[in-house]
Amino acid sequence: MNASPDVRMGNWEAVGLVAGREVGTRLKSKAFLVTTAATLLLLIGFTLFMKTVSGGSDATVGVTPAAAALQAPLKGAGSAIGQDIDTRAVADEAAGRAQVDDGTLDALLVGDGSSIVVVVKKDIDDPLRNALNVLAGQLALNQQIVGLGGDPVAVGQAVSGAKAEVRPLEPPFDYNGQQLVIGMIAGVLIYMSLLINGQSVAQGVVEEKSSRVVELLLATIRPWQLMAGKVLGIGVVGLAQMVVIGGGGVVAGLATGVLTISVSAAVGTVVWLVVWFLLGFFAYSLVFAALGALVSRQEDVGGVITPPLMFVILGYVVGISVLPNDPGNHLVEVLSIVPLFAPTLMPMRLAMGGVPAWEAGLAVVLMVALIPALVWLSGRIYRNAVMRSGGRVKLSDALRAA
Amino acid sequence: MAQGRLEIDGVSKRYGDVVALREMTFEVGAGELFGFVGSNGAGKTTTMRIALGVLAADRGEVRWAGEPITLATRRHIGYMPEERGLYPKMKVGEQLVYLARLHGLKADAARRSVAEWTERLGVAGRRDDEVQKLSLGNQQRVQLAAALVHNPAILVLDEPFSGLDPVAVDVMSEVLLDKATDGVPVVFSSHQLDLVERLCHRVGIVRSGQMVACDTVDALRAGGTVRLVVEAPLAPPGWAADIPGVTVTEQVGARTVLELGDGADDQAVLRAALDTGPVTEFSRRRQSLTELFRNVVSQEVAA
Repeated sequence: MNASPDVRMGNWEAVGLVAGREVGTRLKSKAFLVTTAATLLLLIGFTLFMKTVSGGSDATVGVTPAAAALQAPLKGAGSAIGQDIDTRAVADEAAGRAQVDDGTLDALLVGDGSSIVVVVKKDIDDPLRNALNVLAGQLALNQQIVGLGGDPVAVGQAVSGAKAEVRPLEPPFDYNGQQLVIGMIAGVLIYMSLLINGQSVAQGVVEEKSSRVVELLLATIRPWQLMAGKVLGIGVVGLAQMVVIGGGGVVAGLATGVLTISVSAAVGTVVWLVVWFLLGFFAYSLVFAALGALVSRQEDVGGVITPPLMFVILGYVVGISVLPNDPGNHLVEVLSIVPLFAPTLMPMRLAMGGVPAWEAGLAVVLMVALIPALVWLSGRIYRNAVMRSGGRVKLSDALRAA
Repeated sequence: MAQGRLEIDGVSKRYGDVVALREMTFEVGAGELFGFVGSNGAGKTTTMRIALGVLAADRGEVRWAGEPITLATRRHIGYMPEERGLYPKMKVGEQLVYLARLHGLKADAARRSVAEWTERLGVAGRRDDEVQKLSLGNQQRVQLAAALVHNPAILVLDEPFSGLDPVAVDVMSEVLLDKATDGVPVVFSSHQLDLVERLCHRVGIVRSGQMVACDTVDALRAGGTVRLVVEAPLAPPGWAADIPGVTVTEQVGARTVLELGDGADDQAVLRAALDTGPVTEFSRRRQSLTELFRNVVSQEVAA
């Protein structure tokens, strides 16, 4: 048997073969499966935790029959200062005191309704105290109005109708607390994913170099095909991981009712997450692949990929420390458009909302423009360095050699 | 198929100031086993890497069947690099299928071929094991399988015999001979000169990046000085010293080794030996490849 087989192979067939091997290897790796499952469980666990914590009201106040008239005003006073107060009628003061004692009630409103008197176990937290003070103030005011022969209801309406008119030069964006949290989670996910998958690329390159299998591979395919296949394969798996984790988290949030933002906003967040993962991953992993090719031992991988990794970490740290308190921070706004920081900062901002379309678009355009340059540069470094075993190849040598 | 020969034509390569190859030229015909010998660092591996395209030559050309070799035709080569290389954590079977497919085989053809070659090389039982769990000898067999699974039309093997046990050496020799019989040009380098002498049709000796001798084993050996081995139990020391044109190189016990100069008469030596008493052995011996190789290396030192 000596018929020469047909060995023609398209560029992308070669890339596909390499990518296929990467996907297969990653999916069989226990570390990968465990990380994905653990992250997903953590996120769902977080959602459930949020549900139990935020499920009820901020405070529960018992009301005796004598003070029953104060139920509605108490709720109103609470909502005026942003507190969700639940009121509950109790049979008599003794029953109410018992409930305060066992912790069912945070406070018990007693008295005849003309003044505010509460029974508490030891102390009450400040928000509830504020709400009660507001209520006491209103009560006193109403009594004075009645004393002066006025109508407390009419005065109340006039007061609540009077508001300062604000005329902003730029319409401000009203950040939603939930979206801030989603933004943080998006930041963590993309950071983790870039870190893990980016390093996998560098380690994969070094594995081929240190085991010398690269010589056998390069006798059949071109260096760029090998590099592209590796980046693509790991990217596809990373993408699937991102969709599973991000999608799982959103579905869990919507299903448990913890997420009350619209489905389209939630889906939008996941889509942006995926777009920025892909852009960030391809840009960074090309750099990681090229730098990985410079060294011959796994121990040396950390040293060469740390400098670009710092940009990922820096972007993430700036985002996670500045954005929750100051979502419209100007520095972050600028950095999130700069290609190196965009992959970590932009998805956080996008998840929080309020990003002008031109900023989101410009960041994507800059990143997409950078990638071909990185392909060229990394391809050159990789091709020149990957066959040189032994010590660490100098970056300048790898760039110079034709 | 084009049963082409492999031609290495005037290939030169330098690394900075170091000349690795200088006008390296040789050819391997279809069905020929070509042995590539030389000291470490003489340029054997560099030549093979250039033939495989993993290294670029500064000058010169590698041709197969008359055409300059390209990435596509390189997929017809079965290659065993000097630095053995396989994915340590990948299973033997999967790995070989992957490599066969990189050489252009379709998935089912690749699987069939892997089954066939692992069977033949005695590693069929290890197909589901990770490469790193195999003994060194078995890893070598897998490495050879990797060079053969795509049914190559050319074989280029760098030190295929190093690290093999005697049984594996026999298997390897048999495979190489089979391939050559099929019309495949086979080039391999080795330091085991007795094997090269036994297997190869032609041998090339490299020194400092240059081919210094390249011919059939017989022709190479014929060029050297002729030696005589005489076993005469009763011969006294110095018995052959006076025969014209003859130098005694060794006399241990009954055995004497002599070198014949130009025009010296071997029959005169036999007569002189018979004069001392019985002669139990009288043979003419041509130099072995090992001796030839040593001469070449010593010339290098002299030069």
